[in-house]
Order: sequence, then C-alpha cells, then structure tokens
Amino acid sequence: MSDISRRNFGKFAIAGLSTLAAPSILQAKSGARLVIIGGGFGGASAARFARTNFPHIDVTVIEPQLTFVTCPYGNLLLAGARTLSDITHPYGVLKRRGVIFIHDWADAIEPDKKLVKLRSGKTVAYDKLIVSPGIGIKWGALPGYDQAAAQIFPHAWVPERGEQVLLLRKQLEALPDGGVVGFAIPGNPFRCPPGPYERISLVANYLKKHKPRAKILALDAKDAFSKQGLFQDAWNELYPGLIEWIPGSKDGKVVSIDTKEKVFQTEFGTRHKIDVGNVIPPQSAAKIAIDAGLTNETGFVPVNPYTFEATKAKDIHVIGDANIAGPMPKSGFIANSTSKQAVASAIALLEGREAPKDPIYFNTCYSHVGDDYGISVVGVFRPSEKGFVETPNSGGVSPRGPLAEKKTQRKLEAQYADAWYASITKDAFG
Amino acid sequence: MLRTASMIMIAGLLAATATPSAAESRKKPAKPVPAPLIAQACSGCHGQLGQGLKGTPRLSGYEKDAFARVWSEFRDNQRPAATIMPRIARGYSDTEVAVLANYFSSIRR
Repeated sequence: MSDISRRNFGKFAIAGLSTLAAPSILQAKSGARLVIIGGGFGGASAARFARTNFPHIDVTVIEPQLTFVTCPYGNLLLAGARTLSDITHPYGVLKRRGVIFIHDWADAIEPDKKLVKLRSGKTVAYDKLIVSPGIGIKWGALPGYDQAAAQIFPHAWVPERGEQVLLLRKQLEALPDGGVVGFAIPGNPFRCPPGPYERISLVANYLKKHKPRAKILALDAKDAFSKQGLFQDAWNELYPGLIEWIPGSKDGKVVSIDTKEKVFQTEFGTRHKIDVGNVIPPQSAAKIAIDAGLTNETGFVPVNPYTFEATKAKDIHVIGDANIAGPMPKSGFIANSTSKQAVASAIALLEGREAPKDPIYFNTCYSHVGDDYGISVVGVFRPSEKGFVETPNSGGVSPRGPLAEKKTQRKLEAQYADAWYASITKDAFG
Repeated sequence: MLRTASMIMIAGLLAATATPSAAESRKKPAKPVPAPLIAQACSGCHGQLGQGLKGTPRLSGYEKDAFARVWSEFRDNQRPAATIMPRIARGYSDTEVAVLANYFSSIRR
C-alpha cells in the first residue's frame, strides 16, 4: 500500500469511530508498533479491533499456539455435545487482515527498552504493548497437585491444544457406572466464575444418560458461587440425587491431592475417594506478567480502569483474566469488551490524544446446564477513580422458577448462548 | 459478503488511488454514522454489524424511534417475552440509547 493510500485508509477508519476521532491522528507517524502478547479472547479481539479501526498501526501478536481452543464451550465437549474442532479457532483470518503473528513464547518484557524477549532468543520492539496472557496455574499451591498430577486429575482450565479437556472426557467415558466424579473448586478469584458449576451440570448431563448410577461430589472452597440459586434449582430438577455440593464451611475446601490413592483431602481431614477427578487449581496471572513485574501481592495485575495501563509500567496495557478488574468477572466477554477500550486508549495516548471517555464494559456469561437449558448473568460496568463499578439497578441473573414455568426462557437462553459463542468468536478470530 | 465497515475503508482506498469522474463525484454515498465504542457490546451476541444470528434479533436498519421505544419497554419490564435484555437495558442512559439507535438505524439491512 502506498503512503498516500495508507494515510487515507487510516483517516476513513478513524472517521468511522467518532468517539476516537481527533484531528491530531492525521499527524500520527505511520507504522507505530502495537504488540500484543496472547492470542485468546483479549489478544485476538484487540488485534482485530486495532486492524479494523487503526489500519495505520502495525499489529503483531505473540502467541505460541497455532490455533486457539476456547475455554467457553469446552464443557459442552465433556457432555458430548461439541467436538474439539468446534471450539478450535485458527488465526488465518486475522493474518489475512494484516495481523503479524509470531508463534513463540514471550519470555520477558523490558519496559525501559520497550522490548519483548522471545524464547527463540529474538526480541520484538513495541511502541505500545497489550498484555493478554490469561491465567497461570499456581503449581504447588495445592499440595500434591503438580503437572504430573494434572495427567491423573486434569484441570482442563487452561486450554492450550485441548489435551486436558479431551483427557477429562476420556476419563468420563471410562468411568464405571456407579463411580464418583470429584470436583475441587478454588476460592476467588479464578477464571470463569460460573465455569465449575456449568461443568458439574454438563458432566451430570452426560452421567444421567450414560452412567445413571454414578455420582458427583463437588468440593468447594467457597460458600457461595455465581448463579448459585439457578444452578441448584437446575440440579434438583434435572439431576435429582446425582450431585452433592459441599461448601467451604461444611468441609468442602480441598487442601491436598493424593493421586496414588486417588483421594481429595479436605480441610478437616476428610479423605474423599474419587474415580475421576477435576481439580480447578488456584490461579494467578500468567507467568510473563509476573516475571515482568506487573503483578501485585494478589498475583494479578493492577490497571488503570480507564485505559488498562498497568499501574506498574508505562505503555503496557493489561487485559483479560490476568488483570484485577473486580467486580468484573474473568470472562471471555470482558476480555473482548475491555480489549477495545485498551487498544483505543493505547493508540490515543501514543498519538498524544486523550483516551476515549465514558467507556462501558459489558459482560454476559451464559451457562448451559442441560439440553435446551441456559441461564445467564449480565453485568454493565464503568470505570471510576476507585476502580470498576457495576451500573446500579442493571444486570443480574436470569429469573428463578420451576422449569415448567420457565421452559421458554431457558430454551431461548441456551440458543442465545450459541449466538454469543458464534458472534464473539467471529469478533475475535473471524 | 462485504461488511459496511470494510466498505467504508475500501471507499477511502479507492478515493485515494483513483480520480473520480464528474458523474461519480456527484453520486456521493450516504454518510455512514460512525460506529460508537459502546455499540461494540451489542456485537457480542447480535453480530458485528447487528445483523442478528441464531435467534438474536437483527439490529441493523432498526428504525431509530422504534429502537428507543423497545429499549424503554425492556427497561420497564413491559415486554413479557424478554429474556436478558431487561437486565441490560437498565444499564444504559437515554443519551447512550440514542447513540445506539442512531448507529444501528444507519446500517443498511
């Protein structure tokens, strides 16, 4: 593309985003470098949004995997309702849109030099860096649970190439009828707050059809969880007697894992024999965020709620599950929603303009709990000087009520969940 | 299918690389309404240009006043068949709804 057409290309795109537009953009230097670490919901959405709306910026994504396997809809794979290919998204479209992909690990960031060091030994220079690496598992934080233990009791919480979720599915298929499926669920914060409970529901869905004498034992470090009333209503109606959920105050907190004896041990010393076990381990921001010194004592990254710039490093904007954004959940939708404000802010600041004002961050988390049975939680959030704030009187969960009364709503929400998955993955990867 | 956003950019590219004839320069396309950042949330379920999919309603081309009216009906729980929109609708001010209505009404169906 010629310089002239390149500039015009940028001008028209900027005109297409009034909230971002400012005359000074036209003096922007061509080819400023936006580098993104991570090609998940946050990173891919950021790359797509940047290419579409700021085509004068060079966009590079550093992502070790050649395709992205989503955590959302992975639980449907456990129920046999999706395959791995249904939840795997290639980066071809983004590449064709002009996003440069470097399939390597980002091993270090040097904020002073504005460099990312790759595992291959190469370095990548940036003008603005978006860090969206997701979570890291705190190996060893739960005694007995390390990488080797994850081959016996899979976590299936970090997708990589889908190995973990496939392993869990295979184990469920091999479970003898009458066996016990155990879940170890951590305290907050963790990726996808309703995720463990959707997983319990969909494993129950599978067991009810194929191993009707099997049981689920869900051991939880917490006393309350996302969409709790709705999940428990569904469990009682759809899977009566199949699921036992034990809260932290009733000795639900798993404190050690014994892979040899296949036991989950809880706080007060109870040893639960498990046939198939899913350990959702304690989490932090991914290693690169910790190594770069971006995290605080929580293990996650504090950020400016308007721009997502890390409070500990200039020109590094951190989005997705790695940051601290409560009360917003660590979800794919929030990663997608906030990626756009982060990119628009990063580029505005780079070009000497103010970050877009009055952003709204939006989330809907759908959960499938059975066939044609979906529930949701909605959140509309805004930034403030004190952090992120949920907009008063808005959001909340689906109405409760017996299935006989709510059948249409549950069916529609299951359908809208599918619409969400199709739409959000298109927005990020398509 | 070309999306409107792409077409806006392609129009820009053509304008820069070709000299339009007198006839062409008279045929100015309708000015597209800029996509506001707050409309990005809608694309999470209704498609990137509000085209609707898998049962979520189409927003593109939605008549402006009807959009605002339906929104306030969601907000006031006056649509008995609604599922998640009432919870969403209460999170947006009238000014923000007007911005969304203006944008989606400007996208050709």
